[in-house]
Amino acid sequence: MNQTTAAPARAVFQARNVTKVYSMGEVKVHALRGVDLDLYEGEFVVLLGPSGSGKSTLLNILGGLDVPTSGHVNYLDHDLTTDDDAALTRYRRDHVGFVFQFYNLIPSLTARENVALVTEIARNPMDPAEALRLAGLPDRMDHFPSQLSGGEQQRVAIARAIAKRPQVLLCDEPTGALDVKTGIVVLEAIERVNRELGTTTAVITHNVTIAEMADRVVSIFDGKIANIKQNTSKTSPRELRW
Amino acid sequence: MTALDRKLLRDLLQMKGQALAISAVLACGVAMFVMSLTTLASLEQTMDRYYRDYRFGDVFAFLKRAPDALSERIEAIPGVARVQTRVVADVNLQVRGLDDPAVARLISLPDRGAPVLNDLYLRRGRWIEPDRAGEALVSETFAQAHDLRPGDTVRVIINQRQRELTIVGIALSPEFIYEIREGELLPDPLRFGVFWMSRRELAAAFDMEGAFNNVVLSLMPTASEKEVIAQLDRLTERYGGLGAFGRDEQTSHRFISGEIDQLRGMATIVPVIFLAVAAFLFNMVISRMIATQREQIAALKAFGYTRREIGAHYATLVGLIVLSGVALGAITGMWLGQSLVELYVRFFKFPLLQYVIDFRAIAPAIFFSGVAAFAGTFTAVRRAVLLPPAEAMRPEPPAAFRPTFVERMGLQRLFSQSIRMVLRNLERQPIKSLLTCFGMALATSILILGNLNSDIIDRLIDFEFNLAQRQDMTVTFSESSSERASRELTRMPGVLHVEPFRAAPIRLRSAHVSRRTSLLGLEPQRDLFRLLDEHEREIAIPPDGLLLSAALAELLRIKVGEVVHMEVLEGRRPELDVAVAGMIEDYTGLAAYMDIDALRRLLREQDSISGAFLTVDRVQTASLFSQLRETPRVASVTIKRAAIESFQETIAQNLLTMRAFTVAFASIIAFGVIYNSARISLSERGRELATLRVIGFTRGEISLILLGELTILTLASIPIGLLFGYWLGMFTIESLQTEHQRLPLVIGMRTYAFAALVTIIAALLSGLFVRRRLDRLDLIAVLKSQA
Repeated sequence: MNQTTAAPARAVFQARNVTKVYSMGEVKVHALRGVDLDLYEGEFVVLLGPSGSGKSTLLNILGGLDVPTSGHVNYLDHDLTTDDDAALTRYRRDHVGFVFQFYNLIPSLTARENVALVTEIARNPMDPAEALRLAGLPDRMDHFPSQLSGGEQQRVAIARAIAKRPQVLLCDEPTGALDVKTGIVVLEAIERVNRELGTTTAVITHNVTIAEMADRVVSIFDGKIANIKQNTSKTSPRELRW
Repeated sequence: MTALDRKLLRDLLQMKGQALAISAVLACGVAMFVMSLTTLASLEQTMDRYYRDYRFGDVFAFLKRAPDALSERIEAIPGVARVQTRVVADVNLQVRGLDDPAVARLISLPDRGAPVLNDLYLRRGRWIEPDRAGEALVSETFAQAHDLRPGDTVRVIINQRQRELTIVGIALSPEFIYEIREGELLPDPLRFGVFWMSRRELAAAFDMEGAFNNVVLSLMPTASEKEVIAQLDRLTERYGGLGAFGRDEQTSHRFISGEIDQLRGMATIVPVIFLAVAAFLFNMVISRMIATQREQIAALKAFGYTRREIGAHYATLVGLIVLSGVALGAITGMWLGQSLVELYVRFFKFPLLQYVIDFRAIAPAIFFSGVAAFAGTFTAVRRAVLLPPAEAMRPEPPAAFRPTFVERMGLQRLFSQSIRMVLRNLERQPIKSLLTCFGMALATSILILGNLNSDIIDRLIDFEFNLAQRQDMTVTFSESSSERASRELTRMPGVLHVEPFRAAPIRLRSAHVSRRTSLLGLEPQRDLFRLLDEHEREIAIPPDGLLLSAALAELLRIKVGEVVHMEVLEGRRPELDVAVAGMIEDYTGLAAYMDIDALRRLLREQDSISGAFLTVDRVQTASLFSQLRETPRVASVTIKRAAIESFQETIAQNLLTMRAFTVAFASIIAFGVIYNSARISLSERGRELATLRVIGFTRGEISLILLGELTILTLASIPIGLLFGYWLGMFTIESLQTEHQRLPLVIGMRTYAFAALVTIIAALLSGLFVRRRLDRLDLIAVLKSQA
C-alpha cells in the first residue's frame, strides 16, 4: 500500500506484514496489526501517532530490540526476524543508534563516559568528545547525568547514539520529556546528524509540528499505518513552534 | 579503564553500605568455617606429631604385680614393637594452700635414659637424678593450678608414711594431654596431679622391686590391636591384669579425640549451615539488587553489549563483593582460630600447640561462597538479559492488585489506606515476601544455634550433678572394704548421709565387640546416686541382671532380655553370661550397673564396698577432710562442686568464647539481611513513596507504609525462625554425638527469647537507617526519572 513515492535511494528497512502482540499486565495488547513499511537510505522519517498506536513497538522491532510476533523485517539484505539474540545484539552494536524518551543514561558515568560506553565496543567510532560536540554539548563532558538538565541529558544520549557512526538512528519521543526550547535544541542535533553524516533517521513523536522537519511522515493509528506523506519542503527545527 | 569498569566501581561505591552488609554476612560464614577447620587441623596435626615424637603407646594395661621377666614375653607377642613397663600408683597428696584431699598419680621413669614409650617433654627445670631420693617431675596442669615451680615441695602419703617430694621440673606427657582421672566426668586440676619419679624409688616404696604393675606397648604398623590385647590379657591374667585396652579407651586420648570429633562436627555442620545461610541471603540480596538495575541492563543491551559482556560485568561486581567477604572472613577466621587454639591450650596440654593455617580449610569456604554467590547472580543477570530490552525499558506494567484476603473478608474498614497498601503489597508479591521472611527466619535460627552449646552444657551439668548424682563427694577406698568402713564414714564430722557402692572393672563381650568398663553395684534404695532416664524418671535396680547405658548396649548390639558375656577383672575373676535387665538413656559414659548384693554374690564376698557417696554439712568440711586424710584406706575423695567449678573455668570458658563468636556472627547476619531487605524495598518503591509525599502524605505516613511491611515480615519471621532454629539444633546435635557423650537437644526459653530479641533489634536499627533515608527522599529527582 505504501510503495508510492519515488525512492531517493535504496531501502534500508523493509517491513512486511509485521504484527506484534504482547501482554501488559493482564491485558493482551495488539500493538501492531500488519505493518508494511520501507525506510530509505539517508532519509529523515517521522513516525506520527497518538499514545498506544504501536509506533514505539515498530521502532523497537526495526532497531532489533524486539521481535515481531509475525511478519518479516529486512535490514538491507538481512532478515532480522530470523536472528537470534546474539545476532540481534551484533546488529544493534554495529548499525543502530538509539535515543530514548527518558535518555537511559547510566547514572554512575559522566557524559563522556556514557558515550565511551558505546565507542569502546564499536568498530569505527568517533571520539566521544567529537560526538558530544556534534550533539551540541561540547562543554559539559565531565558532568554526571544528575548534574545535567533534561535537554543536556538527551543530547548526551544523542551523542552516545551517533558516536558509533550508525547506519540508522532511531529516536523514541526524544523531546517527549522536554520543553519547547530544549526540544528544539535536541531536534537540531538530530537533524544535524542526519544531514552531516547521512544517517537514516526515524523519529517517533505524537507532536504533529515535529513532522514538518521530516522528509516523510508516516502516520500510525491503532497498530496500522494510516497514511504516508512526503514533505515537499522540510522546515528547519528552529522554525518549529508548538 | 573502560567505561563499564568505571560504572562497576562507582556502582560499588554507591552501594557501599549494602555491599558491606552483604560481604559481612558472607564473611561471617567463611570465618566460622575457617575458624573451625583451622582449629581442627591445628589440634589434629599437633596431636599426631606429639604422639609420634614422644612415642605415645598403642596398648595399655594395669595389673597387680608382675615380675620384670614377663616383659620379654610381652615383647614376643607378634605385632608388638616396643614395651615399657612401669610402676604406677595413686596416693594421697598434700599441697600447701589446699585443705581438700587430693590425689597424686605417681608414675615411674626408667632409671637410665628416657622412657621407651610415653616420653616426657620437660617444660621447665631438669630431669630427676635417679640417685637422689624424693625428686619428682610434676605435670604442667597441676603445677599451673597450684602455681608450683621447680624447688617447691609437696607431701604424699605412701604406705601410711608421709614423704616429701621435691619438684625439680615441670613436664608434659602425651598420656595426659587432658588430665582427668579414669571414671571421672570432669577434670579437676586442683585435686588430681601426675608426678614422675625414679623407678627404683617407687619400686622400693610399693614393693615392686623387680616387678611392674603397668605396661605400655607400641605396635607394628601391620599388627592387629585386638589380637595383641587378647594375648596380653592371657599373659597378665595371673598377675591380676585389669584388661588391656587400646588408645580408644585411654582416658586422655578418648577425651581429646572426642573433642576433635565434636569439633569436626562443629567444623562441618555449623559453618556449612552458616555459609549456606549467608549464601542464600547473598543470593537473595544480589538478585534483587540486579533486578533494580533492569533498565540499565536494557540500555546496555540496546547499545549492543552482548549477554556475555553484561554477565561478566555483574559477575565482576559480585566477584569483588565475594572476594572482599571471603578475604575478610578468612582473616577473621584465622584470627579467631588462633585465639580458640590458645584457649584449648588451657586444658589440652601440648608442648607446643601450633596454629596451622591449612589452605585446604580455606579453599572450600572460598569455593562454596563463590558458587553460591555466582549462582544467585547468574539467575538474576540471566533474567535481566533475557528480557527483550524494549520491554525492560518500559516502565513495569502496573502490578495486578486486588483486595487482600483480609479485605475480602469484609474487614477493610478496620484498615487505613496506608495499611491497605502494606497488606496489598505483601500479598501481591507473595514469593518475595516469603523469601524475605525466610531470610530473616534463617538469621533468627542461627542465633539459636549460637546458644545451643551453653544450653546443652547447662542441661548436662544440671542432669548429671543436680538430678542424678546428688552426693556432695565420693570417697573411694584403696582396697575393697566392708560395711564397717561405711559405718565409720557415717560417724565422721559433718557427714549427713552415706550410700555405699561396690565397683569392679569388667569387660563385656557380645559377638565380636568387647568393651572395658566399670560395673557399679548399688543398693536398691538410694537417695544420692540415682539412675535416671532422659525424662528424669528413676530406674530401679533389678535384683538380678545388668542395667546398661543405652549407648553401651547399642555398641555391643544387644537388647533388653538378651545375654551378654561378662568378665570381672578383679578378685577371683569370674566369667559368666548375664542378662541385660534394662537400659538407661543417659548422657555420658558407658556404664553398667547391678544390685550390690548380686555383685557381691558374684565375687563371693559378704558385705564388701569400694567406696561411698556422701552428703555433708558444708560448715564441717575442713574437719571432715582432715579426718579423711588420716584414714589410711581412703584412696581418693572427689568433690562434686569443685569439679564443676574447675570445669566452668576451663571448658565452659572455651564454650562461652565459641558461643560469643557464633552469636556475634549470627547477629551480624541477622542485621545484614534485614537491613538489606529494607534497603531494597526502599529502592524498589522510592518512586511510589515520593509520589505519596507529593500528594500530601507526611513522612510518618510513608514510613509507616515501608516500615509497616518490614514490621509484619519481621514479626512473621520470628516464630518460623525459632522453629528452624530447633531443627537446626536437632541436626547439629546429631552430628555431635560421640560414644561417650550423648547430647540432649535442649533449647532454653532464654535462647529463644535472645534470638527473637536480636532479630527485633536488627529490624529496629534497619528501620531507623531506612527512615533516615526516607526523610531525605528527593521528591523531584525521583519523579523526574522514569522509574
